[in-house]
Amino acid sequence: MAKLSMVKAITQGLDEEIKRDEKVLVFGEDVGRNGGVFRATDGLQDENGEDRVFDTPLAESGISGLAMGLALEGFRPVPEIQFFGFVFETMDEIAGQISRTGHRMGGSRKMPITIRAPFGGGVHTPELHADSLEGLLAQTPGLRVVIPSGPYDAKGLLASSIRSDDPVVFLEHMKLYRSFKEEVPEDSYTVPLDKADVKREGKDITLVSYGYMVQESWKAADALAKEGIEAEVVDLRTISPLDEETIINSVKKTGRAVLVQEAQNQAGVMGQVASIIAEKAILSLESPIGRVSAPDTPYPFSQAEEIWLPNKNDIIEKAKEIVNY
Amino acid sequence: MKKIDFEQLKSTPNTETLSILDETGQIVNKDLLPDLSDDELTELFKQMVWSRVLNERSTKLNRQGRLGFFAPTSGEEASQIGSNFAMTKDDFILPAYRDVPQLVQHGLPLYQAFLWSRGHVDGNKYPEAMQALPPQIIIGAQYVQTAGVALGIKKNNKKTVAYTYTGDGGTSQGDFYEGINFAGAFKSPALFFVQNNGYAISVPREKQTAAPALSQKAVAAGIPGIQVDGMDALAVYAATKAAREWAVAGNGPVLIETLTYRYGPHTLSGDDPKRYRTSAEVDDWQRKDPLIRMRKYLTDKGIWSTDQEKAWEEEVNKQIDEAIKKTESIAPQKVSDFLKNTFIDTPPTIKAEIDAYTAKESD
Repeated sequence: MAKLSMVKAITQGLDEEIKRDEKVLVFGEDVGRNGGVFRATDGLQDENGEDRVFDTPLAESGISGLAMGLALEGFRPVPEIQFFGFVFETMDEIAGQISRTGHRMGGSRKMPITIRAPFGGGVHTPELHADSLEGLLAQTPGLRVVIPSGPYDAKGLLASSIRSDDPVVFLEHMKLYRSFKEEVPEDSYTVPLDKADVKREGKDITLVSYGYMVQESWKAADALAKEGIEAEVVDLRTISPLDEETIINSVKKTGRAVLVQEAQNQAGVMGQVASIIAEKAILSLESPIGRVSAPDTPYPFSQAEEIWLPNKNDIIEKAKEIVNY
Repeated sequence: MKKIDFEQLKSTPNTETLSILDETGQIVNKDLLPDLSDDELTELFKQMVWSRVLNERSTKLNRQGRLGFFAPTSGEEASQIGSNFAMTKDDFILPAYRDVPQLVQHGLPLYQAFLWSRGHVDGNKYPEAMQALPPQIIIGAQYVQTAGVALGIKKNNKKTVAYTYTGDGGTSQGDFYEGINFAGAFKSPALFFVQNNGYAISVPREKQTAAPALSQKAVAAGIPGIQVDGMDALAVYAATKAAREWAVAGNGPVLIETLTYRYGPHTLSGDDPKRYRTSAEVDDWQRKDPLIRMRKYLTDKGIWSTDQEKAWEEEVNKQIDEAIKKTESIAPQKVSDFLKNTFIDTPPTIKAEIDAYTAKESD
């Protein structure tokens, strides 16, 4: 088994899905000749031809509209939005059109579309490139929002997303693209949607997170272990709809929870997680639920992002506060 | 214009609106007179009469509370029916909310159109073979989707087109440009109709853009654009038929602007056209009525009569009576069904809601 970075795992996964199903089409700005601005589609056009992997004009609404039309003609589109900060340009096609087609047509049509986009901070991008806007779409019925936390999950979740007959927004944290490598099977495999994953077992406190924050939580858990606190790390993987069972089971076991998200606090995904715990596991709680999230400002200018972004130390501090409550 | 030269129209829009049948029912452009048999001409006119009757009946049914949302179509029959008449059932239609007549002529059972109007999801539950999306509400969204359907048609090597409608106001939307531009860039078989009825609800056409003609907007996308007399069914049909052939032959999309008018309000949901247009203007347009000139043309040809029209109107009314009756017999929709149709692979959280609403709705 080879060790791959997340971006390579994604490229490999896309290639396998293109070959597996002749209806899969990969397209977007710069995904063809250039192989994507992060090289996530590197070599796919040469390998599979321009009919399957192609560049589009520069217009996000057009890209999603193209996907919807292609789905109606029987294709399985995998469009890329170059940076998720550009999603505002295509909110109608994603949230107003694609995700409600099954609903508004009484289930008579399907939208097997996987919209990929890089997101997340910490890589010193210009404005509106690094925002964590997943919460906007997590509130959209009919849409799955899937966020891997590393190379293995990325490839397996991507395969499941592309094969799903429901629309998926698949978000790839930019900091995870090349920050570490993991064993990734060369053969095709799937990781289930709608299933959270316990990345590390522990008995004293549950750290719930997704995307890059899973890595920070993991580091925090290792540090906490040295101080005798065994933290369980739960990776949501699909942030909408949520896997309530895994969250509740973990909290029931540990009796404590710190919810970690890179996005701003207000109306974030972890607000929903907190609500689930409050509704279904409150009697297991031995202390209040802790939150670690970004401050409620727009994503900051790059020189301030190290302070603005939540990190391992914030998680350690909050976890200790909750454990010692 | 002796022949529609789409290659030429890519760079030079027509300065004289394409017209074939004038207000008095005379043929003014023999070169472009479409090759329609007497039966086909009669059928085209019957569909236009059908649409006019449907408009009148829908208005009454709405007033009686038996129909819900309705966007009047009177005055736009040549534009709507004339264009749709050049299509086949295998072509894919992406209508806007005023384009229910085309949708029904394309194969949507009338009772389903009524269900949609009354706010029942079964109105949008289309048969699998039907090549259509339900009426679009977000102005312009259907344009980018049309580019996608058309690219799919091209990739599937089908000899069909995707066709869509918006109004004069719709051409101001970003999606309008993105749609025609994508279709142009991919050279895909799409027909984009702009039914310019002079107003976007109340805002007049001249406030939408400095462009002298909406069809000119095609030039920026490198595709042919043509302006047609939208009160002239033969002109709309001829332009559409030729554009369809051009697109199916692999030459890419075409934008067709039809100059038309809606006699009624924007919708029946409280719009009062007296606030933004004069009755003299309405009278002017009614003199250009698409039905009057077609009726005259067919009557002069000896293939249509008042008796025939009366009989046809009666039959249409009967069809409408049957359809509305069927509509009123459909069982109420259920939230549990909505939940089932939100995802194909239903997640556990939704399953719990399905159970809760199924219990609630079986009480």
